[in-house]
Amino acid sequence: MIELNDVSKLYLVGEEEVRALDHASMHIYPGEFVSIIGPSGSGKSTLMNIIGCLDTADAGRYLLDGIPIEDYTENDLARVRNRKIGFVFQNFNLIAKLTAEENVELPLIYQGVKKAERRERVAQALNRVGLEKRAKHLPTELSGGQQQRVAIARAIVTRPSLILADEPTGNLDSKTGEEIMEIFHELHSQGNTIVLITHDDEVARQAARSIHILDGHVTEVAV
Amino acid sequence: MTQALKMALKSITGNKLRAFLTMLGIIIGVMALVVLVSLVSGTTNTVTDAVSSLGSSLLTVTVSDDKGSPVKLSTLTQWAEDEDIGAIAPEASQSSTVKYGSTSDSITVYGTTASYYNVEGLNLLLGRFLKTSDVDNNTYVCVINETVATDIVGYLDCVGEEISLDGMKFTIVGVLEDDDSSLTSVFSSGSLVAYIPYSTLTRLSSSVTSDITSFYVSAADGSDTDAAESAITALLLERFEEDEDAFTVSDQSVLEDTVSSITSMLAVLLGGIAGISLLVGGIGIMNIMLVTVTERTREIGIRKGIGASRGVILRQFLMEAVVICMIGCAIGIFLSWLILQIASVVASGLSLSFQLQGTVVLVAVVFCFLIGVIFGLYPANKAAKMKPIDALHYGG
Repeated sequence: MIELNDVSKLYLVGEEEVRALDHASMHIYPGEFVSIIGPSGSGKSTLMNIIGCLDTADAGRYLLDGIPIEDYTENDLARVRNRKIGFVFQNFNLIAKLTAEENVELPLIYQGVKKAERRERVAQALNRVGLEKRAKHLPTELSGGQQQRVAIARAIVTRPSLILADEPTGNLDSKTGEEIMEIFHELHSQGNTIVLITHDDEVARQAARSIHILDGHVTEVAV
Repeated sequence: MTQALKMALKSITGNKLRAFLTMLGIIIGVMALVVLVSLVSGTTNTVTDAVSSLGSSLLTVTVSDDKGSPVKLSTLTQWAEDEDIGAIAPEASQSSTVKYGSTSDSITVYGTTASYYNVEGLNLLLGRFLKTSDVDNNTYVCVINETVATDIVGYLDCVGEEISLDGMKFTIVGVLEDDDSSLTSVFSSGSLVAYIPYSTLTRLSSSVTSDITSFYVSAADGSDTDAAESAITALLLERFEEDEDAFTVSDQSVLEDTVSSITSMLAVLLGGIAGISLLVGGIGIMNIMLVTVTERTREIGIRKGIGASRGVILRQFLMEAVVICMIGCAIGIFLSWLILQIASVVASGLSLSFQLQGTVVLVAVVFCFLIGVIFGLYPANKAAKMKPIDALHYGG
């Protein structure tokens, strides 16, 4: 499903070279619920950007669904993100002037799905996160938990091969966070592959497997 | 495409005041363009109509070289028999001094014949115009215009009074109306004019002889100016040994052409100035679009993150710029129409009519579209080129 072989990524901070990822390798298999855990600055955001095809590696190989993506153009990457990956971000990243429904619809519009089918799939996705009654609301009219549910609905509406969640509970209180984790467990039990990036051991423990990262090294792969 | 349009409208309605202020430049530019050009062309129509109603059927003939066979009064009478020619009237003029009682002033004295009245389309207020017998007998009679009657004689009903022109006594036999319906009156309105028999003028003046060098020709009823022109040209060629340079025949269309070329130049000039204000409006749009792109960096990041390609983002922002331009354009055209309606009501006393010119509206629409595309392209491209991770992490 996901295969990283000796992936490295360098950043220039002023004059200094920072090795955000240093020969990182890992495997994630279809249907897995994996957490990637590490403190801030450990390189987990870089890892997430590379897994999520938001950025490309400087060295090493990355295979997504068995396909190497290092030669992809920007538009190819956009298509991969659109069709294969569903993002859930810490700060929800909903578009403020679009309603919940329209936010969820957006990736389908970019896929070129017909209107009738779009409407049906948006309704389904919102139903799965229990927000069907809030479809016409703007993000500002929703609570944090509800906004994150909209974001999850947007991630699953395209039926992606991978759901990539970056600190999905980071901006939520613990009770709401638990509810969101509940949804992830449900999605996992339905057969979705989920990669959850966090610095919180509590959250990481809920995954079937944890990958630890520190200073750009994948230090421990606990099964 | 429709999606891009929907998103553009959504984003514009999301910030109405800013959108309106951005449009204002375009609105004012379009208004300036449409109103100015429409006003000029409205005035042009009225002026050219007026000029052509002044007697475009009138031909002016000037003889510069008589080749030893000068045109005489009898020649004109003979030529007037031609079936395409209505009437011919000679004209010679000189500046004289008019005197009545103790009042004196300079006056333009025209020597002509009876047919001048019809050829020039003059209107009598009182009395009669010159008669053929006046010309035949070299009588000392004159027809004056309203201005002479009121300013020199002192009252309008002065038929039968005697005035002196260059010391010779002339009996006033008629008073002509000062109006706008004749070309001569337009140019001489307010000035002092007297008409006397052509033969009398040759006696009064040292420079005017019985050799006629300038005369007017009108077309016969049922015949047009072109026919009259070719008839008189043929007669003149025959007389002057087929030499085309010995005389000139011109009609009022020369004047019309001049007027319309002046006004169309004016329209282009004003249109150009208005075009500059449209350009300024376009720069305003570019400015705001750049601000918008920066402000919405995060939104762009989200859109790219969930799979929007460069082209999709480019289209979205380009569409927004074009939609702002086109809405501004539509408002501008509507306001122009309103202004022209009001102007027409205000100017109705001047018999001017102002209408929205189809061509200028089309030009405005095309121009606005181009401005939207040209000035939207750079900001839209800037948005499209953003990297998703940079855009996503912008401002936290």
